[in-house]
Amino acid sequence: MLSSRASRIAVAAAVLAALVAFPLVFTHPFPIHVLIIVFLYALMGVAWNVMGGYAGMLSFGQAAFFGIGGYTSSFLFVTYRLNPWAGMVVGGVLAALTAAAIGYPCSHLRGHYFAIASIAFAEIVRIHFNNWKLIGAAEGLTIPTQPASLAVFQFGSSKAPYYYIVLAFLLLALALCWWMSRARMGYYFRAIKESHDLAMVLGVSFVRYRLLAIMLSAFITAVAGTFYAQYVLYLDPESVLILPISVQVVLVTMLGGAGSVMGPVIGAAILIPLSEITRVKLGHRGTGIDLMIYGALITLISIYQPRGVWGLLSGLARRRAPTPAGPALATQELRR
Amino acid sequence: MSQLAQQLVNGLLIGCVYSLIAMGLTLIWGVMNIVNFAHGDFLMLSMFVSFWLYTLWGIDPVFSIPVNAVLLFALGVLVYRYAVSRVMRGPVLAQLVVTFGVSIFLANAAVMLWTPDFRLIEKPMLAGTWLLGDVPVSIPKLVASLGSVVIALGLIGFLRRTRTGKAILATEMNRDSALLMGINTDRVNAISFGIGSSLVGIAGSFLAMYYYIYPQVGGLFGTISFAIVALGGFGSVQGAFVAGILVGLVQTMGGYFFDPAYKYAIVFFLYLLTVWVRPQGLLGW
Repeated sequence: MLSSRASRIAVAAAVLAALVAFPLVFTHPFPIHVLIIVFLYALMGVAWNVMGGYAGMLSFGQAAFFGIGGYTSSFLFVTYRLNPWAGMVVGGVLAALTAAAIGYPCSHLRGHYFAIASIAFAEIVRIHFNNWKLIGAAEGLTIPTQPASLAVFQFGSSKAPYYYIVLAFLLLALALCWWMSRARMGYYFRAIKESHDLAMVLGVSFVRYRLLAIMLSAFITAVAGTFYAQYVLYLDPESVLILPISVQVVLVTMLGGAGSVMGPVIGAAILIPLSEITRVKLGHRGTGIDLMIYGALITLISIYQPRGVWGLLSGLARRRAPTPAGPALATQELRR
Repeated sequence: MSQLAQQLVNGLLIGCVYSLIAMGLTLIWGVMNIVNFAHGDFLMLSMFVSFWLYTLWGIDPVFSIPVNAVLLFALGVLVYRYAVSRVMRGPVLAQLVVTFGVSIFLANAAVMLWTPDFRLIEKPMLAGTWLLGDVPVSIPKLVASLGSVVIALGLIGFLRRTRTGKAILATEMNRDSALLMGINTDRVNAISFGIGSSLVGIAGSFLAMYYYIYPQVGGLFGTISFAIVALGGFGSVQGAFVAGILVGLVQTMGGYFFDPAYKYAIVFFLYLLTVWVRPQGLLGW
């Protein structure tokens, strides 16, 4: 860990500059693709963190919001030619409203109970989308290709524009998250996670702030869904609404360090290249070896690194300089 | 009318097997507060064991019951020892995710070893139908359900009558007090994980008599059994028994009156409704 604020800012600026320059230096599509997926999962991890890391609602149903976002913008574009950027906002709002409707009755559930309820919710959405003729049911939805332009959110075969867009989304979400963890709201979230009852006694409206966290998380995840739809130009329920996507989001956050701002980014930067590369190297025969390795990895991470890489780093930092560091405390809170 | 009766019977029959699967899951949950997301994959493994015993040596699924009971008990103890027990003091998130890893590993190991194909045991010893009035009842399904009920009652008896069973119940009620009373709670955890897995192994033998066998079969049964466990009350073995039958009925009735494509969605919706109104489940406290 870095001791002074200035050197921390310098490192951040250097990393950012390297990321901006990356597509200019490496023009091969595969590394750019891998980084796009890294940023996409980091974005969803940041969104998960708002609910799970700060407010303590361990959602295993983020795929539902991802799908709602992607499907809304795609459906509106295919049917009404609504601009995908506008569709993205509509999708985000729709996901946030759905999240509020489902989250209001679920907000009193804790730990495992919330996790299972979120799986049940996402399964209902998946089954419904598989049978909903209007949006193509199981056959899915294909977005017609348009001439490449920022206005229609399509860039043909070039990946660099997608790279910069998702990077921008991620930075925005991180800024929001960083601001939130400092603002009053962030303290409320953490107070609720620490102790429901105590927070309520102190006058924190438990339901209101939990709902706010769920809605914000759903909105960001839906934006990621629209991005994904515009990137691959095809959606079907069995590729966007499935449990493995929700689990991947949780994992990215957990590996990096749940409850810390940068956690999901670190987690995604480690896990996604690993899974993308093993998929390409070992998965082409459909043998399942890549996913076997992935499954074993998940188990090993939970056993040996349950507090994430961020927890490890700040643990090392604390041994050197014994100050109660923020992120370390935040990850500690994940213990009931 | 007879079609409705047929659906009622089908709901009851599958519901009993659901009960057996969910009782294994709820036992593990109740004792150590761990959700075993690999529970469905344990079911898949035992179905494959039955399949290979039949295909390679012509051993009927009925006789695979003791084999699966023992093998899955061992698997459960291993997973507890080497994975679950190591996260029990860790963060809740790690406790949730650890068995997800096991689940993905097992399902894909099955894909690697046996391909993703669907298989069926073609000529099981128990076959045919039996007419109950004018309602045909499939004999393998009937045997599977009756067998599940017998095993379920056996489990309840075991928990109430034997020393080990009482130790399990005591640990479930209060881990610290149980420890103070001289119960080796770590051993109780391992045994409960073993028994829970053994139950799902037996259910796998029953299902192998008539259900398709493929690497992803665990996903569906696993998710449904979470809903059943929650519905019945987490950790309540009797609750899981009642809720399993209820879910079987809801699923077939929902398919009959509404739309078969939505039968599982209806089950999940019922589950959500229940936890909203009664977070502790039907028979939980």
